[in-house]
Order: sequence, then C-alpha cells, then structure tokens
Amino acid sequence: MTEALPPEILRIAVSVAVVVIFAFANAAIMVLVERKVCGHIQRRPGPFEVGPHGLLQTAVDGLKLMGKQILVPRGADGKLFRLAPVLSFVPPIAALIVVPFSSRLQVRDLDIGVLFILFLAALNVLAILVAGWSSNNKYSLFGSIRAVAQSVAYEIPLLICLVTIVLWVGSFRMGDIVQMQQGSWLWVIPNWFVFTPMGFVAFLIYFITGMAETNRAPFDLPEAESELTAGFHTEYAGMGFGLFFLGEYTNMVLVCAVATTLFLGGWGAPAFLEVTSTGVLANAYQLGWFLLKTYGLLVVMIWIRWTFPRVRFDQLLNFCWKILIPISLANLAVTALWLKTPFAG
Amino acid sequence: MINYFKEIFAGLWTLLVGLKLTARYAVAPTVTCHYPYQTLPITPNFRGHTDLVIDPETASDKCIVCMMCENTCPSQCIEVIGEKPEGSKKKVLTAYRLDFTKCSLCGNCVEVCPTSALEYSGDYQLAGYSRHEFHFELLERLRGRVKAQGIVPRPKPAPPEGGAEAEAKPRKVRPKAEEAPAASLEPKGEEAPKAEAKPGE
Repeated sequence: MTEALPPEILRIAVSVAVVVIFAFANAAIMVLVERKVCGHIQRRPGPFEVGPHGLLQTAVDGLKLMGKQILVPRGADGKLFRLAPVLSFVPPIAALIVVPFSSRLQVRDLDIGVLFILFLAALNVLAILVAGWSSNNKYSLFGSIRAVAQSVAYEIPLLICLVTIVLWVGSFRMGDIVQMQQGSWLWVIPNWFVFTPMGFVAFLIYFITGMAETNRAPFDLPEAESELTAGFHTEYAGMGFGLFFLGEYTNMVLVCAVATTLFLGGWGAPAFLEVTSTGVLANAYQLGWFLLKTYGLLVVMIWIRWTFPRVRFDQLLNFCWKILIPISLANLAVTALWLKTPFAG
Repeated sequence: MINYFKEIFAGLWTLLVGLKLTARYAVAPTVTCHYPYQTLPITPNFRGHTDLVIDPETASDKCIVCMMCENTCPSQCIEVIGEKPEGSKKKVLTAYRLDFTKCSLCGNCVEVCPTSALEYSGDYQLAGYSRHEFHFELLERLRGRVKAQGIVPRPKPAPPEGGAEAEAKPRKVRPKAEEAPAASLEPKGEEAPKAEAKPGE
C-alpha cells in the first residue's frame, strides 16, 4: 500500500478532504448563525420551522440550491460565467491549508504562509470581476466594478497591517507567528499582539479591511441589494449562487482565522489555562481555543453587519485612503522604530 | 490634526454605542408571534364579513326578515330569504346569503338592523380556490357555530302573563339589542380558525 501510494500524497489527499469538509460545514453553520443572530437582533427568532429551532434550515436550503437549474443568461460569456463561482470558492479553501489550527494540525507550514494567504485572498476579486463581466447584466457589472475599486483600495491597509506583524516576528511562517505569541506578561496578559498598542491598532484596521475584502456589510457595495439587486451574482441561480455563498463564508472564516493567528495568539490559550503537553488531547484543546477565537470574531462580524448601515461609495474610499492607510502606515513606522529600541524583545 | 483624531474617536464611539444597542436587542426576548400556531387577539373593531348574532335564548338567529339590510346594501350583495311557517305571525329566516366578493365592508347592514342580528366576524384569514367559496350562507355558518360551541337554548323565564301582547313586542326587542354586543364578543376568539375549514372543500 505504501509502495503504491507515497504517504505524502495520501497526506495531501486526506488534508484536502478535511479542509473542503471544514469549508462546507463552516458555511452551513455560519449561514444559520447569521440568520439566527440577525433575527434576534431584530427581535424575531429567525428560521424556526425546519427542525428544532430551525437547525436544519441550511441543509434544506442547500438541497434546494442543488436542485435548481443553472441558467446562463443570453449574451453571457458561458465559459467564464461557469468558471467564476469555482474561482470564487477554491482560493479561500486552498488558503486554509496554511492556517495553523493547532500546534500539529496544519496541512503545510509554508515559509511564505502570510503571503500565500494574501495571494489567494486577492483572487477573490478576480472571481467577482469575472462573474460581473460575464453575466452580461448591468447590475452585475456595476457590482464587480465597485468590488474591484474597493478591493484595490482596502488591500493596501490590509497588507500594511500584516506587514507590521511580520516585521515584528521576522517571519512569514504562520507557525513562527503563533510561537512568538505564546507565554504571557506577568502571568495575566497573554503575549498576543492585540494586547500591544501597535498590535491593537493593526488588529482593528485589519478587521475593518477584512470585512471590506469579504464584501460584508457595512462594506457590501458589490452586492448592495437595494441598489444592484444582488450585484455581481444577480444572474446566478442554484449551485452557482451557492458556491458564491460558500466562497464568501470561507473567506470570512479565513479572515478571522488569520486575525486569530496573527493577533490573538492562534491556538494558544491564555496563560492560566495553558497546557504544556503535546499529545493529541493537547492538540484538541488548542484546536478548541483556535475555533473559539475564530468563531468569536465571526459572530462579531455578523453582529457588525446587522448593526451598521451600508456606507456610501465616496465614504468607503475616503475612509480607506484618508484614515486607514495613513494610520496603518504610521503604525508600521512606529512599530519599526520600537523594534529598533533596546526594550523590544 | 486634532480634529482628525477627534473625528475618528467620535465615530468609533458612535459605532460602539450602536453595537451595544443591537447586542441588547439580540439577547432580549423576541416579540414576534409564531403565526399559524399562535394568533394575536383581534380587536373587537375589526371588520370581517358580517355574521349572524347568536341569540342565547333560542340558540338561533335574531333576524326578523325585515329586509332592511338587503335594501340598504350599496353593493347588493345580501339576499335574505324568509318564510312564514303555518300558524305563525312572524317570518322566520330560512337563508341569508352574503356575496362577500362584492361586499365593500361599509357596515350599513349592521347599523341598520333593528334587532342587532348582524355583527362583524373576526375572520381575517380567508382563502379559497375560487370566488364561489366566498358566497357565504350565514345561517348555515350560524348553525355550525352553535353546534361547534355547544350552545343550547336558554329561554328566559316567561314574562308575567296578562299584559297585552301587542305592548310586549316592542319591549322585547329593546333589551335584546343591548345584550347583543356583549353576547357577540364572547365567541369571537374561537371563530377565527374555523374559517380555514372552508377553503379545503
């Protein structure tokens, strides 16, 4: 068996399967969580009919989406039109392979982990552009144009914030970044970057730009339903639409996982709850902490979405160019100076 | 420069205020009604289609077949049919047809009725597959309600004999009219779901 199938290939196959299953399960759970949180914020129970408290709603919705026909509108570019949904959900899933879920549970600890994620996250905007362009629909095109302008603008502060941490750690490797944040200061405050002034500012800006990159409200201009019906995925039905949704939720979990890894100490528990062993149980414990932080951030993202109204387009770009970019640049400069002082680690 | 940061912090602060508000609502109990399973009490002022008032004395209608409602109806959607049984002086209602597809819910029939034999029903969930399902036979509906609610006639103790019958008549009408609203309010709650029984047929 091992002769015919090298363990490395087996490992890759298993990890790809696990990552894909994680992405699908995550989307199924998040859709429900989103609708539930949204409902309760609006003081209604959300989905309630299918299963106890509507727990099976997403399963039924998924079945419905799969049962629907995928229509290609007249005059659309058929090949690109079919390619776009795939393009939107494959990169975020692929990016999950460098995310350290626990000290051992990581498919590949690439030297350039952060860069790898940034590269794949940037492909998202390409998928949106392709979808909007190939749909032969004015709303789709508007949506994708907005998406491009927004993503190009917001990728700059996003990059600068990540570079701040990379500068601090001196490595693009996700594992190194997490290792650096182990331990605690005076046994109380964990050594997470979010608890340093520069790290906090970087985290805040990263989280804002992350929301903009995933096209979540209040930055959901590419799919603003009151203006553009559904923006770039107006023409998609059935599983094409489903894949865009899957891509969006995987992107969200990726943004939150990166935030957890870079700013919130990854799988590290707070000092007084830390375990030092390295067995399977310890890994499960770390995984628990990682998922807790990630899903905490995701709930905050949903909470924000259902609280704030959508920004206007000029507000969106002004906010980025006039506030986020200068502050993140200043933050980077301060961090660089700090690292040169003798106090820095 | 100071203003720049002031604006940022003021903006951030208002965002946090908003988040606090939605968080408070998120944990507050929901205020919706799970409609098909729960229903809200409808206001007594609700104007559904008209229905005949049940007379608790006879467990039947109060209609005296005076044709006032039929004559006053601007949409001409009421048809009252009565007959005089052998040996009786008064007409008895045999059918009260309401074509609800034409009714404009003006309420003239309810107001004009000398015996307050008509009331608004609480039916707000009418649905049907054809318009013929909204040609109601109100007498049949009344009998159905009497049966469903198990109302039995409770005749009043007979008035003292001897008085001239002609004199008793108008007096008999008045107290009933005052009684009517109180009696009609009671059964309204149970009436609403009964309407669904109809569309199925």
